[in-house]
Amino acid sequence: MSAHAQTSPSVAPPSSSRLVAKGSSWSRGDKIGVAMAWGAGFLLCLLAASIVLYMLYRGLQYLDLALLVTHPEVGLDQSRTGGFLDPIQGTVLLTVLATAIAAPVGVGIAVWLSEYGRPAWLARAVESGVEIVAGTPSIVLAIFGLLVFQQSFFGFLSFTAEGNAVFGRSFFTAGAIMSLIALPLIVGATREALQAIPAHVREASYALGKDRIATIRRVLLPASRRGIGTGVTLGMGRVVGDTAIVVVLLGASLQIQPENGTPVWGLLKGTGSTLTTYVYNNSPAGEGNAPEKAYAAAFVLLLIVIFLNFAVDLIARRKEPAWTR
Amino acid sequence: MNRAVSQDAKPKDRTDQRAELALGALASAVLLLIAFMIVFVFVKAWPSFASNGLAWFLPGGNVDEQLTNIFNSPASPDDYAYTLRAWPLLYATALITGISVLLATAISLLSAMFIVEFAPKPMRRILQPVVRLLAAVPSVVYGLIGILVLVPFVGNHVIAESQKEAVRYVIQLDGTSVLVGVLVLTVMITPIMVAIVTDALRSVPRHWTEGAAALGINRWRALRTVGLRAARPAIVAAAVLATARALGEAIMLSMVSGSVGFAPNPLDGMTFFFEPARTLAATVVDNAEGLSVKPFGQTIYAFAAVLLVSSAFLSFAGWAARQSMRKYTLQAR
Repeated sequence: MSAHAQTSPSVAPPSSSRLVAKGSSWSRGDKIGVAMAWGAGFLLCLLAASIVLYMLYRGLQYLDLALLVTHPEVGLDQSRTGGFLDPIQGTVLLTVLATAIAAPVGVGIAVWLSEYGRPAWLARAVESGVEIVAGTPSIVLAIFGLLVFQQSFFGFLSFTAEGNAVFGRSFFTAGAIMSLIALPLIVGATREALQAIPAHVREASYALGKDRIATIRRVLLPASRRGIGTGVTLGMGRVVGDTAIVVVLLGASLQIQPENGTPVWGLLKGTGSTLTTYVYNNSPAGEGNAPEKAYAAAFVLLLIVIFLNFAVDLIARRKEPAWTR
Repeated sequence: MNRAVSQDAKPKDRTDQRAELALGALASAVLLLIAFMIVFVFVKAWPSFASNGLAWFLPGGNVDEQLTNIFNSPASPDDYAYTLRAWPLLYATALITGISVLLATAISLLSAMFIVEFAPKPMRRILQPVVRLLAAVPSVVYGLIGILVLVPFVGNHVIAESQKEAVRYVIQLDGTSVLVGVLVLTVMITPIMVAIVTDALRSVPRHWTEGAAALGINRWRALRTVGLRAARPAIVAAAVLATARALGEAIMLSMVSGSVGFAPNPLDGMTFFFEPARTLAATVVDNAEGLSVKPFGQTIYAFAAVLLVSSAFLSFAGWAARQSMRKYTLQAR
C-alpha cells in the first residue's frame, strides 16, 4: 500500500501516449489541467495510504489480543472498561442475520426482474423502487424500522414492557432493516450476472424440456454464482460498516442482553451492540470517551472491511464454467 | 430477447406460473415497503409540520432551545410544544452537502481522467483497489479519525485565538466545524464518484477520442471535450449518488461538525468555515434516544420526512437530467 507513495510525483505529461497526437500544442491551461489530474490521482493514493497506515499504527499500539476475548464493562477508566468481545459477536450475528434475509430476497427480486419482468410497468416501478431504497439514508430507514417494529403486531420480535409497550429494538429488527441496505447491491449484482448469460444457454435448457423455473434453479442461478457472491459480499461490507441503524434499532447496549427464555430466540430478541457503535460510543462524541479502545475496535473493523474487499476480488477472479459464455 | 423465445416455445405449467407469481409478489413488496415508509413517516411527522406551518422551514430563534422545549413539553397532549424553526439544520445540511459534492465532483473528474488516460500502468493498477478501499471504509472510522486527529488539529493550530475571541459570545470554536465536516465528507464521497466516472470514461468509444485527436488537439483536450461530454449522464448519476450519501451521512457528521444547531454566518469571513453546524441526519441520530417522548419523536420524524423527500427528489432530478442529455452521450446504466 505504501509502495506507490515513494514513486516520484512527476508532474509533466508522460511522453508515451495512448492517443497519437504528436505535434498538437499544449497551452498553459491544458498543462495545468493535466498537472491537476496527476495531483488528484496522487491525492487519492496519499489519502488511502495515510488512513491505512495511521489506523495500523494506532491499532498495533492499542490492540491487545485480550481485548478481543473480554466482555466490555462499565468503568470510568480506560483500563477497566474491558474488551470488545460482545461488539464483535454482535457484528457477526447482525451481519449473518441481515445477509440471511437480504440474499434470498435480493436474488428473488433480481430473478423476477431479469427473467420474468411482466407487466413491464411493474418491473420498471420495482426497479426504481430498489433505487429509492438504495438512496434512502440509513438513519431514515432506521427510525422507520423503529416505528414499524414498535407496533404491537411485531411484539414477538423484541422486548415487551409492562402495559404492552413494545421496545422495538433487537437483533431481529436491526437485522431486518440492515437487510434493506444490502438488498440493492445484491439485486444489482445478481441482475447483471443473469443478463450476462447468453440466450442460447436458456434455449438449450428449454429444448431439453425444462420449464422456466427449473431453468432458473438448475442453470441460471448456478451460472451466476459469482455475481451473487460479489453482491452478497459487498452487501455484507455495507452492513458491517453501518452505525445509524445499530444506534437506533439494536439499543447499542454495552453487552449483549438476551431476553430470558429460549436460548437462540431470546438472543435474537435481545439487544446488543456492534463494533461500529462501540467505536462511536467510545469516541469523544459518545459517552465512553475511551479513544484507545475506539482505535483498537476501529482497527478490527477496518481489518474486517479490508478482508471483505479482498473476498470480493477472490470471488470475481473465480472462473466460470465455459458454458455460461 | 430470451423472454420472447420462452413465451412461445414453452407450454405454461402450474409450477412455473406459481413461481412467477411468488417472485413477482416478492418484488412488489419493495414498492409496498416504500409506500409504507412514506405513509408511516409522514403520518408520524404531521403534527410538527401542521402546528408550525411553513415557518417550520424558516429561521427564527435557537433551534436547540426549541428542541429542548419540545422534549420537555408537558405530558398532556393538548399542551405539547411543537414550535420549531428548522432553518439552521436545513442550511447546515445544504451547506455541507453542497460544498462537499462540488469538491468531490472536481476531484473525481480529475482523478478519473488521470486513471483512464494519464496514469502510468503500475499506478493505474494501484488506484483501483485504493478507490475501492476508500469507498469501503466505514463512516464511523472516518468520524473517529476526524474527531481525534483533524478536530484537535484545526482547533489548536488552524483557528487563530483572535478568531475565537471575535465570535466568543455567539459560539465556541473548538475545531468541530464545517471545515472538518466538509473535508471528511469529501473523502467519503469522492471514491463513489471516481468509480462510476472511470467506468463511463472507459466505455467512451475509442474512435471518438481518436477522431478528436486526429483533428490536432492534444490528449487533455480530447478527453475533456469529447470524453467527459460523452460521459455526462454517468457524471450526473455519480453526483446524485454522492449527494444522496452526503445527505444521509449522520454518524460521521455528528462526530466532527459539532453538535450545535448553529447557522454559520457568511459575514464572518474565514471564521465561517470554523463554525460548527449540525445537519438534519446528524440531528436525528443525536436525538434518537428521545424518540419515545411523543412530540419530540414527531419532530424527529419530521426531519426524517424532509430527508426522505429530498432523496426522492434527488433521484428524480438525476433521472430528468439524464433524459435531457440523451443526445450524443453514452447512456448511464
